[in-house]
Amino acid sequence: MSAYLLNRAAQALFVLWAAFTISFVLLQAMPGDAVLIKFQNPDLGLTAAQVAEIRSSYAVDSPVVVQYLRTIGNFLTGNFGYSVQAGVPVGSLLAAHLPATLMLATLGFLLASVLAVIIAFLSSLTPLAWLRGALQSIPSLFISIPTFWLGIMLIQIFSFRLKLVPVINPGPWQELILPVLTLAVPISAPLAQVLVRNIDDAMTRPFVAVARAKGASRFWVLSRHVAKNALLPTLTIAGVLLGELIAGAVVTETVFGLNGIGGLTERAVGSQDAAVLQAIVVLSALGFVIINLAVDLLYPVLDPRLRTKAGAAA
Amino acid sequence: MTTFDTLHNDVVAEAKRQGGWRSGAASQLRRTSPGLVLSWLILGTAFLWAVAPSLFTGYNPLEGVGGEQLRRPGGEHLLGTDALGRDLYARIVYGAVHSLTGAFVAVSLGLVIGTGLGVVAGSVRRRLDDVIMRIIDVLLSIPPLLLSLSIIILLGFGTVNAAIAVGVTSVAGFARLARAEVVRVRRSDYVEAAFGSGGTFAAVLWRHVLPNALTSVLAFASLQFGSAVLQISTLGFLGYGAPPPTPEWGLLIAEGRNYISTAWWLTTAPGIVVVLVVLAANRISQSFGKTSA
Amino acid sequence: MTVVAKPLPPVLEVEGLCIAYRDGHAERRAVHDVSFRINPGEVVALVGESGSGKTTTAQSIIGLLAANGRVESGSIKLNGTDIARWSDRQLDTVRGVKISLVPQDPGSSLNPIKTIGSQIGEIFRIHGALHSEEIEGRVLSLLARVGLSEPALRARQYPHELSGGMRQRVLIAIAIALKPQLIIADEPTSALDVTVQKRILDLIDELRAEYGTSVLLVTHDLGVAADRADRLVVLQKGRIQEQDAAGVILAAPRSAYTRQLLADAPSFTAPVKRPIRSPGVGVQDDVVVVEGLVREFPRDDGRGRLCAVNDLSFRVRRGTTHAIVGESGSGKTTTIRNIVGFDKPTAGRIEIDGIEVSGLKGEDLRQFRRKIQLVYQNPYGSLDPRQSVLQIVTEPLLNFSRLARADREEKVRTILSRVGLPEDALLRRPHALSGGQRQRVAIARALVLDPQVVVLDEAVSALDVSVQARILDLLAELQSDLGLTYLFVSHDLAVVRQISDTVSVLKDGRLVEGGVVSEIFEAPSSEYTCELINAIPGRTRRAAA
Repeated sequence: MSAYLLNRAAQALFVLWAAFTISFVLLQAMPGDAVLIKFQNPDLGLTAAQVAEIRSSYAVDSPVVVQYLRTIGNFLTGNFGYSVQAGVPVGSLLAAHLPATLMLATLGFLLASVLAVIIAFLSSLTPLAWLRGALQSIPSLFISIPTFWLGIMLIQIFSFRLKLVPVINPGPWQELILPVLTLAVPISAPLAQVLVRNIDDAMTRPFVAVARAKGASRFWVLSRHVAKNALLPTLTIAGVLLGELIAGAVVTETVFGLNGIGGLTERAVGSQDAAVLQAIVVLSALGFVIINLAVDLLYPVLDPRLRTKAGAAA
Repeated sequence: MTTFDTLHNDVVAEAKRQGGWRSGAASQLRRTSPGLVLSWLILGTAFLWAVAPSLFTGYNPLEGVGGEQLRRPGGEHLLGTDALGRDLYARIVYGAVHSLTGAFVAVSLGLVIGTGLGVVAGSVRRRLDDVIMRIIDVLLSIPPLLLSLSIIILLGFGTVNAAIAVGVTSVAGFARLARAEVVRVRRSDYVEAAFGSGGTFAAVLWRHVLPNALTSVLAFASLQFGSAVLQISTLGFLGYGAPPPTPEWGLLIAEGRNYISTAWWLTTAPGIVVVLVVLAANRISQSFGKTSA
Repeated sequence: MTVVAKPLPPVLEVEGLCIAYRDGHAERRAVHDVSFRINPGEVVALVGESGSGKTTTAQSIIGLLAANGRVESGSIKLNGTDIARWSDRQLDTVRGVKISLVPQDPGSSLNPIKTIGSQIGEIFRIHGALHSEEIEGRVLSLLARVGLSEPALRARQYPHELSGGMRQRVLIAIAIALKPQLIIADEPTSALDVTVQKRILDLIDELRAEYGTSVLLVTHDLGVAADRADRLVVLQKGRIQEQDAAGVILAAPRSAYTRQLLADAPSFTAPVKRPIRSPGVGVQDDVVVVEGLVREFPRDDGRGRLCAVNDLSFRVRRGTTHAIVGESGSGKTTTIRNIVGFDKPTAGRIEIDGIEVSGLKGEDLRQFRRKIQLVYQNPYGSLDPRQSVLQIVTEPLLNFSRLARADREEKVRTILSRVGLPEDALLRRPHALSGGQRQRVAIARALVLDPQVVVLDEAVSALDVSVQARILDLLAELQSDLGLTYLFVSHDLAVVRQISDTVSVLKDGRLVEGGVVSEIFEAPSSEYTCELINAIPGRTRRAAA
């Protein structure tokens, strides 16, 4: 077991390092750097020599290899660099913006899970063919809606038409209702699709017929046999969902003007603030790696077939 | 496993399920659902908009008419006008070319590079396979939107750059699907039988592995088309795509946002068009998965 | 005072049953006007080939038809009550209590993530039949009753930790848990090895006698039905061909279909007297020579090596058929993969028509393939679904000969008509062919290169008996016409006895016994071969004949 763990951890570290390198190459290789954009502005009236001096103070004039090694060293010690645009360390920027995003993402994910489970279970239990069809087409509709447009539509309908959620000076919870809803829709779609498919698959397996032949009702079979068998493979899309959550957060925070990592990302791209974006990319990759590692470790706990295999491999 | 795998499972399952079908023109026609016909109509219309927009509207998408600002949808302006008096329907029609070519470029990029990598990884196996798949793992570990944004920072804003940025995010998906399919086909008895009857590696790859592996890759490509339309409109909305006054669909919605309380049609109409096009592309991709076996 | 013994009312009475499946907008009837009855304690067998409607009929009795199936008309009376149109909720009170099921495939019929004990105990929980503290004890006694050692350990284990035969015993334990009046056994042993099959069927027999339960045995194997059933119901294409006491039908079948079925079933036909082709004096014409073949694989857990084939030797004379017989895990598949050159032996020598196989590589190996061809068990998997029949059979020629296009096509057409494929099948794809036709295509592909040796890997096992009989006829005909040598891999001793001259019996990778087929069948020298021969179904019938 420990060999398996070590192997997985080494893989995770490799992915993390490679993600860092890719983002470094993409972001540091860019022709115009953020320092130039900010200080070359003629309004500031800086001379070329002064700009060069500022550049060397940000260490953007040293050779790429040196910058790469220095950056990697800094990241390892928790120093994510300096945001040229905001004029503060990236670390403190992230710390300031992270809580809002975590709140939004957690609530959005929870709502999405609830939606997905309701859709999947209802569509499996209903004897009505039309209702089943309708429920199962919800995810494909959800997946086709642009998130930003959904946010705008919700504002238009609930804030401007129905005047249910105030636009100006909403309370802390009121402020979150529409963004959470906006974020939950695109997350629930793939989740529901995978759940529906896994439940359908599990329902056709012979052990379901055997359970029914014992006299178990459809609900008994669904809740005690199918649900867990269907949830297991769903775990494997956790990493993909994280990516969707981050993308959703960027868009949602932009639409609703929330001050989280998403909004920070949007501004960083607009001002080509590479240090900020790279820190966010590496942070996301870290999240991805941790989630997948957790799923890999959790799987044998939930599935006895893997338990013995992993045990035998150790 | 990712959404790509689950799609791939779908496609394969479909292929298995219809093993006993008799294909005939009549039964084919009976099985064609109205939804599918509608999807083709929607995509066809969008395509015509992109090719010959002037056939569909007489208005200029870029120059407004004075005194016609913010008209509601009606007889004269089918979908109303914006704050500069430009006809919204005309702007949507002329915007099709940006969204569709963007999606086309993005999907082609992912298809060619991703499938190429996947086929190589699946055919050669061992070391090169490992190297390619580790690279794919890394690409997958960066959330697609952030990867797109990083590429946009590198390349700068613009329609083509946004398309490339979206295309790169689909490379990993194509590569994994293509490799999985190649590996699946290579394990089949008929590939072994082909070697057994004296086929060379190249002949077997060409005659059996590629044709059988790439069907689901094509179905995936049409699914990616819908997803690319979405992603490109998102980048356009964030302001990283085509610059104003280009009538790109995402940008239209972003511009309409300023009039959200007074002119609902400016955001609603282009959004519905995007939803319809994406739905249609997804529906068609499903049917590809079904008919190819 | 005399008491007239009244005949007991039947447990199950099926009358005029019609079942249809919805396929898109059309409905297709799968079962037509089927009527039969099962008396208490009786075993009735539903016998038929694929598509006969036997499984559909059985599913409808326990109310588990596929979602697109429905009972159109007719009645299913359980103890006199018609349950054909009962709702799921009503049926839930009957399933497991009055009627239970022993399913076809023990491999996938148990929930992989629940323990054996909880899956047996579940039936008591569903029906509230026992207090929860009593359940565990009952589960253990049931496990012991179906012949599983260490019941307490088994109850804690998961399905993947048990062998196929053990899993089927668990499923039988579930089926008898509430002492139902009727057990539906749907092909209960077709996924198991013959020796295991016999033990499982013995167990069902024993439990039936003990509890007085009736059994509806669904099977494609007339031999199994003949051995185990009191009465037979022979189905073909959803219609009953005939039904009567088993002895009556076997002795004097009335319908033409049953007669054909009996003639085709290899376990009933008397072994063909094959002339023992004694080796010409001084002439050693062995086309296949295997000497000291060893094939080891590294174990999954990385510790030690697994020996799939251990020191196997045999020789096959040109123009004869040699059978390799064994149950799953016996190493027969590994052996032939080494012989045809898809795998390299760890040690030993394999010579085909004078060529040493194990050293071949690259172009030499490719050229060698003309000498020996393999026909797979599953014709659907071994034919490329995207190619037409013509393309499939032409392909080997493209790999080797420089024949002109016209000559090539001529040759392909000749061979296709030789294996009995109709002209109009040439442009079809595999999915548009029947199972038998597909296997004919696979044989044609093997023969088009004019090989010396054809390896048949369970090539008729997946086919219905009547189709199997036609393919075996074809193989015999081709052998005598073309002078082919066959290596026939099979688990089915009845078929082996029918078509082969010599045989190697394998168990756990070792040769148990080898020699001339007729001698081995008459006087097996090893205990294992004895057991295998005794496990061939249909013995009661053979004994009677």
